[in-house]
Amino acid sequence: MMDFPLLSILILLPIIGGGLLLFCKQNHVLARQLALVISVATMLLSFLLYIGFDTTSHQMQFVERLSWIATFNIEYYLGIDGFSMPLMILTTISTVLVVIAGWQVIQDRAAQYMAAFLIMEGLMLGVFAALDAILFYLFFEAMLIPLFLVIGIWGGPNRVYATIKFFLYTFFGSVFLLIALLYLQFQAGSFSILDFHAVSLTLTQQIWIFLAFLIAFAVKIPMWPVHTWLPDAHVEAPTGGSVILAAITLKIGGYGLLRFALPITPDASMTLDWLVIGLSLIAIVYIGFVALAQSDLKKLIAYSSIAHMGFVTLGLFIIFRITANEAITIGIGNGQVLAIEGAMVQMISHGFIAAAMFLSVGVLYDRMHTREISAYGGVANSMPKFTALAVFFAMANAGLPGTSGFVGEFMVILAAFQANFWYAFLAATTLILGAAYTLWMVKRVFFGEIANDQVAKLQDINSREMLLLASLAVIVLVIGIWPDPLLNVMHASVDNLLLQITQSKL
Amino acid sequence: MAFEVPNMLFALPEMLLLAMCCIVLLVVAFTGNRQINLVHALSQLSLLVTFLTVFWMMGEGGLTFSETYIKDPLSDILKLAICLVNMLVLSYSYSYLQARNLLQGEFYVLALFATLGMLVMVSAHHFLTLYLGLELMSLCLYAMVAMQRDSFAATEAGMKYFILGALASGMLLYGMSIIYGVTGELGIQAIAAALDTEELNQTVLSLGIVFLVIGIGFKFGAVPFHMWLPDVYQGAPTAITLFVASAPKIAAFALLIRILTEGMGDMLSVWRDMLIMLAVLSIILGNLLAIAQSNLKRMLAYSTISHVGFLLLGVLAGTQAGYAAALFYTLVYALMTLGSFGMILLLSREGFEAEEIEDFKGLGQRHPWHALMMLLLMFSMAGIPPLAGFYAKLGVIKSVVDVNLLAVAIVAVVMSVIGAYYYLRVVKVMFFDTATEKPHIAATTSMQYLLSGNVLAVLLLGLFPGSLFALCARIFS
Repeated sequence: MMDFPLLSILILLPIIGGGLLLFCKQNHVLARQLALVISVATMLLSFLLYIGFDTTSHQMQFVERLSWIATFNIEYYLGIDGFSMPLMILTTISTVLVVIAGWQVIQDRAAQYMAAFLIMEGLMLGVFAALDAILFYLFFEAMLIPLFLVIGIWGGPNRVYATIKFFLYTFFGSVFLLIALLYLQFQAGSFSILDFHAVSLTLTQQIWIFLAFLIAFAVKIPMWPVHTWLPDAHVEAPTGGSVILAAITLKIGGYGLLRFALPITPDASMTLDWLVIGLSLIAIVYIGFVALAQSDLKKLIAYSSIAHMGFVTLGLFIIFRITANEAITIGIGNGQVLAIEGAMVQMISHGFIAAAMFLSVGVLYDRMHTREISAYGGVANSMPKFTALAVFFAMANAGLPGTSGFVGEFMVILAAFQANFWYAFLAATTLILGAAYTLWMVKRVFFGEIANDQVAKLQDINSREMLLLASLAVIVLVIGIWPDPLLNVMHASVDNLLLQITQSKL
Repeated sequence: MAFEVPNMLFALPEMLLLAMCCIVLLVVAFTGNRQINLVHALSQLSLLVTFLTVFWMMGEGGLTFSETYIKDPLSDILKLAICLVNMLVLSYSYSYLQARNLLQGEFYVLALFATLGMLVMVSAHHFLTLYLGLELMSLCLYAMVAMQRDSFAATEAGMKYFILGALASGMLLYGMSIIYGVTGELGIQAIAAALDTEELNQTVLSLGIVFLVIGIGFKFGAVPFHMWLPDVYQGAPTAITLFVASAPKIAAFALLIRILTEGMGDMLSVWRDMLIMLAVLSIILGNLLAIAQSNLKRMLAYSTISHVGFLLLGVLAGTQAGYAAALFYTLVYALMTLGSFGMILLLSREGFEAEEIEDFKGLGQRHPWHALMMLLLMFSMAGIPPLAGFYAKLGVIKSVVDVNLLAVAIVAVVMSVIGAYYYLRVVKVMFFDTATEKPHIAATTSMQYLLSGNVLAVLLLGLFPGSLFALCARIFS
């Protein structure tokens, strides 16, 4: 198993496949079929990661290490642990969904559309698997190119503004990451992320590096106040683009904090945790209210994404407060584990739920060509099957127990109680706010009188759309009822991470 | 005093090229423009022969002609690059010049003599040989820029280039004379030795360095000595712009390395601050002004200014790794410039210059392959991985971070975000706007292949930059 370069194959298969797709210019049917075959093959291969994963070890697994740019000591260094593996599987599943979702909808330049998503898949898998800082940066940045084109070419009327804003925002964030990585290499003598974890830094150094990381990843997550690109990008992006944005690119921000900020600069994270906690709570409460005021379906879900990602950052950074509150001086209590694992579950769960929500909006948009909530009403009458699924996803988005949305939020809120009552209190308002904006949206779109003739004439979902939404519903339900398979893979890595961050580097 | 026989072999490529220059000159003189294809073939042959000679003689090296001339790994690689770049330039220019009635013997003669000047510059190890090479190159370039006699813009550009270029040469010469006055030497090696061993008047020495840096800054087009660059790039016929923008920068890099690092290496603390000013101003102003341009050639001119700033970052780091990174940047810059001006040439046809950004409208639908090539070039120039431009920026920024000039590095990366905007605008026009018409491509197939190869080299160098980095590092070790 060790000699089989599974990670490289996972990264290269979609990239090369996507490159080949560019050559089936006009043959849309062939391009779609090929894209489906490649994405399904990648997904099946990614399941091998889960099967072959040793859950007892926090060590990097499936490691591949080759010299790449010898002059700078940059390596082609891949490996995964309990944090990256679930995110990689999320990526491969989402890409299959995107390919199926674009099957009929995308008629213009379909081959290029599929190619862009496949190439993006490979690059995102690379982000999660990279253990060399420059390799990580390469995937992190290169990913922007296909997403930029997807929004710009297949997006809505205001797509140019949205995509350039998206690109410049994220590029601005990541250049600071580059400087921080170069500086760390100067200190550590290598570009290996694991060496960065071990390097000792003074508090001042850590604070600057931490701020660089925070800018880079906060833009990606996105945290208030650097979130404004997300609603624009979501609204203008085609359905597939929104799904990938919500399901994966946002997770890269959270993953970056886990992989870089916490273990490399633990003391700065502790010193500045008030900043992140504050921003997270603003995201949860304020953005929740903002979501309430939206009249555009996609904007509403975009703001709800920001609020949900607030839980991720909250979960990651309350651990220091929990540690401070605990009487036990040595060892790691349950609170910290709960917080980190809650954040991870929230990421995975939000990936699926947000994907489902955007796909649902896509279903409506394909039929009505509008995302204005006011244009709908009484959809339940003409689309009963669709309504059942969409309401289920809305409930999951609001954190209904039994769905995956509940597990992550509940874990983080529980942990937050151990940190500070008010954190937990503010975080828990999301249960009310989330329910408010989601259910109000459901009421206005699906229930009530049939708003107009167009709604009355709506066709219910076809088998392709049914397949998409039903499989997502199953996943959301399974994680909600039985999260153990997901939690088990990350226990060892979480313990190791907590060990790293509770040991001061000073 | 015994007369030492110089090792002529070290200058064999230049001598061969000079002979070929004379042959081409004679052919042009006797046949006029009737045998222009023969002239074209002969010119390419001359460059190829020179390239092969340099390649064949790589390795052994040293000083010759009474220490005025040097053959070292740096000169070898720069000469190879110059010959290769100019071969590509001549191929790219052919149909463009033909369509504009500019395909004349003079073009080839001037181009070959300019190449000779560059080769001399690269190998010069003495202020006088350096100046000789520089002037040979510059005078040819002035004439080339003004070759389109009936074009108002071109003659204006030629005049501007000449006046400012002559001023720069004067500055450089003045600086050289001051250094001579202090050290009593003109040879690069002798100056370095004098700086190392003797107690010299630092004030006068610094004054001399100021003039040298101004001269070099002019030749590179670094802010605040950049005024000529946008006008020349925009005014000259695109084929000439391509020539002026690519290989001369490689030669200018040699000028910089020979004078400042090999000659004045001990004075690093003096010229570093000057270069920091030049680099930071170039990066800021180049990127900001490029945003306002609607003419692609002018935009690329400002982008060149910012690239020059980045290149200087590597040199001002003052480390071997920094020089190597700057060399890498220069080579990648030449490759990207060739590609992007080549793309303008490719889309231009009789009576139509594809030099406005709007002219690229809808290229993604009209000619998807060429649009993809331009896309790769633009992202490479913006410094997005996995393209060569990213590693060029990575190298120079790493070298300034390594000498703890973090503020400079931060300015550079923040400005490169601003720079990304105008490159993205080109991509936006190509892919997000719809074409109004679908004109055919007038360029020859061979040029299209060469250009695609050129761009794919940028991508390939982005995926596997290791060997070129290693090569550059070996040269400066």
